[in-house]
Amino acid sequence: MADTTAPTGKAGTANRLELVLIGLGVVALLALPFFVYPIFLMKMMCFALFACAFNLLLGYTGLLSFGHAAFFGGAAYFTAHAVKVWGLSPEIGILTGVAGAALLGLVIGFFAIRRQGIYFAMITLALSQMFYFFCVQASFTGGEDGIQGVPRGTFLGVFDLHDEHTMYYFVAANFLLGLFIVWRIVNSPFGLILRSIRENENRAISLGYSVQNYKLAAFVMSAALAGLAGAIKALVFQFATLTDVAWQMSGEVILMTLLGGIGTMAGPIFGAGFVVALQNMLATSDFPVTIATGLIFMICVLIFRRGIVGEIYAWLDRQRGERPE
Amino acid sequence: MIFGIPIQAFAGQLLVGLINGSFYAMLSLGLAIIFGLLRVINFAHGAQYMLGAFIGYLVLAKLGIGYWPALILVPVIVGLFGIVVERLALSRLYEVDPLYGLLFTFGLALVLEGVFRYVYGVSGNPYPVPPALAGGVNLGFMFLPIYRGWIVVASLIVCLGAWLLVEKTKFGSYLRAATENPKLVQAFGVNVPVLLTLTYGLGAGLAGLAGIMAAPVYQVSPLMGSNMIIVVFAVVVVGGMGSILGAILTGYMLGLAEGLTKVFYPEASSIVIFVIMAIVLLIRPAGLFGKDA
Repeated sequence: MADTTAPTGKAGTANRLELVLIGLGVVALLALPFFVYPIFLMKMMCFALFACAFNLLLGYTGLLSFGHAAFFGGAAYFTAHAVKVWGLSPEIGILTGVAGAALLGLVIGFFAIRRQGIYFAMITLALSQMFYFFCVQASFTGGEDGIQGVPRGTFLGVFDLHDEHTMYYFVAANFLLGLFIVWRIVNSPFGLILRSIRENENRAISLGYSVQNYKLAAFVMSAALAGLAGAIKALVFQFATLTDVAWQMSGEVILMTLLGGIGTMAGPIFGAGFVVALQNMLATSDFPVTIATGLIFMICVLIFRRGIVGEIYAWLDRQRGERPE
Repeated sequence: MIFGIPIQAFAGQLLVGLINGSFYAMLSLGLAIIFGLLRVINFAHGAQYMLGAFIGYLVLAKLGIGYWPALILVPVIVGLFGIVVERLALSRLYEVDPLYGLLFTFGLALVLEGVFRYVYGVSGNPYPVPPALAGGVNLGFMFLPIYRGWIVVASLIVCLGAWLLVEKTKFGSYLRAATENPKLVQAFGVNVPVLLTLTYGLGAGLAGLAGIMAAPVYQVSPLMGSNMIIVVFAVVVVGGMGSILGAILTGYMLGLAEGLTKVFYPEASSIVIFVIMAIVLLIRPAGLFGKDA
């Protein structure tokens, strides 16, 4: 999707704007739970992190995965099981979820990177559906009921996460950590190679990069970070269910990223916030969420391919006359 | 007895596999035709299949139009719907990355499924088997419901017809030429945009036809399409989309493989196609009949 991505790291515009946004965002993050229902904010953060993890793959490596629900929902199951049945502490539980998601990413990625483009999308979708069927039948997932009543536990043996505000800051810390990791990956030499693969895979190969290894590494990292989001979600809501591993969830994270802006740091966060808020609004109304999701998808693809943040960048660039279009 | 399994059960599951395979074949055929020319993976294919079944169900319930006229009427309606979609939206996406076509049709599938779920709920609606095809015959080793036999025969006819249309007719030769080099074909005076529109309509119509044929076998439900499309994607990955005959053959083969698994290891029957896909990816990444890597 090289032709529509925002000019990342090119002009100073994007980066400076991002720094300001990050500053504002962190302040808002600290203050918001006193004004808004914390659970709602935590949900937003989980999905924002999920979308950022997904964007690492789509936006910066050019790979469209249609199976990221497997990592998000899979990690939720692993963490829920580790915390509830094995009685592990939340931090170890989360690590279990992340490790499980990374392993799952290694397996699915190993098969998926053998094909490109549209086939890659179909393979990831098929393999994640296979994982979904596994979750339906496996005994540890609790089938249709899922894993209920997951204890949040005590972080490092000190912070009781059953307190709503403590939990909120715990989630916020993880969220920021996850974002920092994504940002660090994207702006590392490794991230630059990923971008070169996105822009021109054959040239990257001819320059001597083992493209397959880089793709697989990016896939595993993206899966692990999606797993972090899923693991935290399991602790926040204290359950893990089939919804999180279903293909609709894979579609949702694509929508969040597309709506916010593929290949931008802030885009997926805005996209996720928008979609979660919309779902929250529609939950109380009569209008089905699927129809709204589908409509936004169609509109985005037809007239809005850069996404919200991508359009803002493009507008800023046009103002400066740097990229005449 | 075959491998300790009663022959009736064995033959029965094979028949179920063959029926599923018939639908996989018809749907992956449509996907392959559309992809060949438009370079779009039609995620809405499952939704158009569902649409076919639902239109058949609705014209019977509201207008009293039975199975046989519906067999003509439904594909035409779904095909026209496809033509409108192509004209209004897909035709604007040929210039950008093919992934956007996938995302657009995904959104379309969500909307279609959502609308029917909203209006008709998730529970299935039965569609009666047409009287002429009701009942069954005893083959000695198994009982064959006539409608199921009809599906296998009809789907073979449909697949053969589509293959002849693409390989042996003037329309087909334009279509194949435009797949190879659209600009050159345009220069020879063929109206390629119209060809693209017709092709999408044809693919959608095929999905609709599969839908109305499926209506008496499966329950007519808004979810029937999305359950199907993911399996059909796996079929397409296994077969490779380079060849129409390949798509058809792979469809039947994987349906049979699924039926066999139901006999020997029922727990794995829902995932066996995905497992086969993974194995094929290891051995022949381009797919069994694929030319493109």
